[in-house]
Amino acid sequence: MNRPTLRTATPALLLALLPLAACGDDDADAGSEGGELTGSITVAAAASLTGTFEDLAAQFEAEHDGVEVDLVFDSSGTLADQAAEGAPGDVLATADLRSMERAADAQAEEPVVFATNDLVLVAPADNPADVTGIESLDDADVTYVICVETAPCGGLAADALADAGVEREPASLEPDVKATLSRVVEDEADAGLVYRTDALAAGEDVQTFDLPERLTTEYPITLLDQSRNTAVAQAFIDFVLSTAGTDVLTAAGFGTP
Amino acid sequence: MTARSPLGRAPALLWVPALVAVVFLVVPLVALVLATPWGSFVDDLRTPEVRAALWLSLRTSLATVVACALVGTPLAWVLARVEFRGRGLVRALVTVPLVLPPVVAGVALLAALGRSGLLGAPLRDATGLTLPYTTAAVVLAHTFVALPFFVISVEGALRSAGEAYDEAAAVLGATRWHTFRRVTLPLALPGVVAGGVLAWARSLGEFGATVTFAGNYPGTTQTMPSRIYAVYLDDPAAARTLAVILLLASVGVLLLLRNRWLTPGAAA
Repeated sequence: MNRPTLRTATPALLLALLPLAACGDDDADAGSEGGELTGSITVAAAASLTGTFEDLAAQFEAEHDGVEVDLVFDSSGTLADQAAEGAPGDVLATADLRSMERAADAQAEEPVVFATNDLVLVAPADNPADVTGIESLDDADVTYVICVETAPCGGLAADALADAGVEREPASLEPDVKATLSRVVEDEADAGLVYRTDALAAGEDVQTFDLPERLTTEYPITLLDQSRNTAVAQAFIDFVLSTAGTDVLTAAGFGTP
Repeated sequence: MTARSPLGRAPALLWVPALVAVVFLVVPLVALVLATPWGSFVDDLRTPEVRAALWLSLRTSLATVVACALVGTPLAWVLARVEFRGRGLVRALVTVPLVLPPVVAGVALLAALGRSGLLGAPLRDATGLTLPYTTAAVVLAHTFVALPFFVISVEGALRSAGEAYDEAAAVLGATRWHTFRRVTLPLALPGVVAGGVLAWARSLGEFGATVTFAGNYPGTTQTMPSRIYAVYLDDPAAARTLAVILLLASVGVLLLLRNRWLTPGAAA
């Protein structure tokens, strides 16, 4: 009567359902030892902050021996939702105030705006459709792209088109600003609306046109409730807000609040 | 689980992992349904964007199945029935899209058929036609990712059906084309249907290649997965509702097909 029962199967079931993700554990007693910052923090930041936050983290690590900054980049809304659900992390920086609000439950302090970004019009380097400004988007032979309305850059783009009285519809609503930019860089679109920092990062690959009316998004940063190393996290936020931090941000095309 | 049969009981070594697999596949779907805000379900289903996306998904996935049948069946037949040098290489190349990340498939399609692509640029210069941002581009993207599934399925069916009946037909004086139509294809039909269902399912769930190659615009290129992603950026709860809508639509079609076509014994 050695019929297999649920009891013999249970261990196998449990084993299979164990999540495969292992969490790297930091020193639980990290923080500041006699005024010296030590340990590691995780900073979740909007995708448009990728280059600048890599620079900022490197500078911060160079200034503080024994401190490590792990960076996570994704769309602001996704990161905010994850933070609100208690995902491990110490600092959150988003590309607009609205997505920061989605993480309201996880904010250990009032978020501070540390940078701004303008919307600009870009065309491929050789400007095949002779785009001269946002009014060019009404030309029947100009194929243009913007971000999808649910992304921060899409909301701004919709405002820009309304301000300029553009009637023609875009060819595509791209999932994020990077996808919008690459359509233009790859010459798959004659024009696109992206952030100034993206246009600057694309360098020679695009021509940039300012919009007649300035449209700006604000980037807030905050300490998270679930932070296990508030000393280092707070020091990193202070560093981002410092003159050295502002220099890195403005060099990349960000404005200051 | 322990049905009486002359073969004896199913060994635990088999049914336990099978149970684990079922649980693993079903739990996320149950969780998704449980996490759906049903209160707004009907309203979400009624929005013009969602209806346009569902309708586009339905049309493009059916068009994908037709495209796969038209070019995939002959390709499977050639791979299964014609001896030629480099057949192994062709077979390997045809299955490469199976392992490509969908976004990479989209990038590859752009490189070939985009406005400034290898074939896209001459096409544009000659005719003024561009493929990206059109519904045709959606079908192309879906066919690119779904075709390998279809070809593998049909080729397998052709191989297991064997050539004996084909030879008998030939001996009796049938032309090769006639044999294909009246003997080979009917014998492989279960494999063709199974391949069609696989291709259809793959097409319905495709997102990366679609958004990269065709773009995302309501009514022309925004399929249901693209809509779900766009909504998810802003409102994960509403995105779950849309996901359940797509899930129900897919399961409905699969059940319909199962009863009609994929009866046990006929399915590959």
